[in-house]
Amino acid sequence: MSRIKNCFEQLKQQNKTALIPYVSAGDPNPDITVELMHAMVASGADIIELGVPFSDPMADGPVIQKASERALIYGTSLTDVMGMVSTFRESNSDTPVVLMGYLNPIEVMGYEKFAQQAQDAGVDGVLTVDIPPEEAGTYIPALRHCNLDPIFLLSPTTTKERMKIICQHASGFIYYVAVKGVTGTLALDTEEVSRRLDVIKEVTDLPVGVGFGIKNADSAAAIGQVSEAVVVGSALVNLVEKNALDNDKIIKEISRELQSMRRALDS
Amino acid sequence: MTIETATEKKLSDMPDENGHFGQYGGMFVAETLMEPLEELKRAYLMYMQDADFLAELDKDLSDYVGRPSPLYLAERMSRELGGAKIYLKREDLNHTGAHKVNNTIGQMLLAKRMGKTRIIAETGAGQHGVATATVAARLDLECVVYMGAEDIQRQALNVYRMKLLGAKVVSVESGSRTLKDALNEAMRDWVTNIDNTFYIIGTAAGPHPYPAMVRDFQSVIGREAKQQILKHEGRLPDALVACIGGGSNAIGLFYPFVDDQDVSMYGVEAAGHGLETGEHAAPLCAGKPGVLHGNRTYLMEDQHGQIIPTHSVSAGLDYPGVGPEHSWLKDIGRANYVSVTDTEALQGFHDLTKIEGIIPALESSHAIAYVKKLAPTMDKDQIIVVNLSGRGDKDIHTVATIDGIEF
Ligand SMILES: Cc1ncc(COP(=O)(O)O)c(C=O)c1O
Repeated sequence: MSRIKNCFEQLKQQNKTALIPYVSAGDPNPDITVELMHAMVASGADIIELGVPFSDPMADGPVIQKASERALIYGTSLTDVMGMVSTFRESNSDTPVVLMGYLNPIEVMGYEKFAQQAQDAGVDGVLTVDIPPEEAGTYIPALRHCNLDPIFLLSPTTTKERMKIICQHASGFIYYVAVKGVTGTLALDTEEVSRRLDVIKEVTDLPVGVGFGIKNADSAAAIGQVSEAVVVGSALVNLVEKNALDNDKIIKEISRELQSMRRALDS
Repeated sequence: MTIETATEKKLSDMPDENGHFGQYGGMFVAETLMEPLEELKRAYLMYMQDADFLAELDKDLSDYVGRPSPLYLAERMSRELGGAKIYLKREDLNHTGAHKVNNTIGQMLLAKRMGKTRIIAETGAGQHGVATATVAARLDLECVVYMGAEDIQRQALNVYRMKLLGAKVVSVESGSRTLKDALNEAMRDWVTNIDNTFYIIGTAAGPHPYPAMVRDFQSVIGREAKQQILKHEGRLPDALVACIGGGSNAIGLFYPFVDDQDVSMYGVEAAGHGLETGEHAAPLCAGKPGVLHGNRTYLMEDQHGQIIPTHSVSAGLDYPGVGPEHSWLKDIGRANYVSVTDTEALQGFHDLTKIEGIIPALESSHAIAYVKKLAPTMDKDQIIVVNLSGRGDKDIHTVATIDGIEF
């Protein structure tokens, strides 16, 4: 069974919501990433979403754009990111890791080669923002062949027809983008999200994680009432930016924020 | 045998219904944009068949833009180069000074029919931004133009023109602070304001349906040129030449000739400081296929798939990608893609100015510079049609600075 599936089944038994932090690999420098991943697990993360830096992050707001830019100062490449996962796996064999990024670095490496390397490194799922299933071609088979879960986005603009198509191709979990907008947008309407989740539940049995717009423990707890997972990105990456010159402080601040979200989700 | 009834697929039948030109094009966007793009595709397909829409478009193109633009025989230039006869398709004479307005008029009419009240655009040289601000003013629509901070410096005159026209110009400080980043930022705005906003992309790139739609609106260039050359010369030209930024003026000229296999086509990219220096904007000549801005196409990228900075003296060509149809025309060998350096383009700028009394845009000067190489290799009875995509007023300052002149 895939690590992601296993994770959601266990959480379900415990009646818990998955907490999925996102950080950009290599931000603000490559030294921090593996340590930060371990710290996030210790602070209550169930799955880690690791951003692969890209020069043109079209779906991201300023906070994650700048994270990509910081990581690219050190030339953090897709290969480097998989190396980080591999190091993380030396002392963690349970926590699922999902790579989130854009297609071009994967395209340049080649889908098969990428999938093989990702599997070898211990990656569990891949969320590529700019590849809808219609364009996926050999991308999905390549991932499946290496037991990687292809994770897709659903959005407030996705029609029910498209939801069906997308969910047929997806495994692991579904990522529901809670707002029309880029990452880091603030306004999030829990009731509206809840209504949309009801529709999603009509077309799939996969667990649903909600992201884009969860900024603190309160919004995490509110969304956690209606979804199986909450994804927190910009709120954490903001803490990286604020403490960019002090790796220890970054780890401390992100740990604290995650612990408070964890408590809010569990209470 | 049923061969007679089998319809052969023509090159002009592209793209397929999902916007693919062979392996290029497509819709590589985040999920939130898929439905808005579908909605746009439906509107575009419907109105391109709608008699009222087409009549309104024609009327605007003639009465507001000033079409048809002349096809001018550059006699002195032809004589001095000593080869083929050179005709200039005078897109520089359009209202607002470039071919860009052909497309903004078309997309704006679509926006109006789709009930959108807010218009956004990206711009490099500022020509597309000016053309968008112009038509937005006319229809009294809110207009926001994204422009790289670097380009705002280079094209101050056009920035002021946009402001005079009532547009808000937003300086884009992310990434390389040029056209590609302006496009990213416009996409982010669009995804955030989908309900009321229409995004007018200024070149034949981006996700489907933009490359096909922009091509169709720009094809008025090639359709007119074809009629005009048949009238002047009684035959089709031997070669077409156009500069390539994202590729809209080039595809506008090429497309109506694409099934005429005897007409050769030359797209001229910006070689900047020289292809060998890596400081250029010539993805077709020196790049590799990849995915950026919603489509698969030739790109300038490093070995890890990161998009790399481009350079050209001309802001309108300073783009690391290119419209997907050009990538396809390159791979199937239907069109040739070549490049000229900054220095050659500047010489082309001065030459056309002195020889024909026409000051070309620096973008168009790339096409002129290539004609200087091509024409002498051809016979006197052969014909070249060059797309003079824009006029050089916006570039006077840049050229003066390069020539060491201060105002
Ligand atoms: C006069 C002129 N020509 C050409 C271009 C390049 O664009 P495209 O390749 O889409 O025609 C521009 C872009 O700003 C322009 O202003």
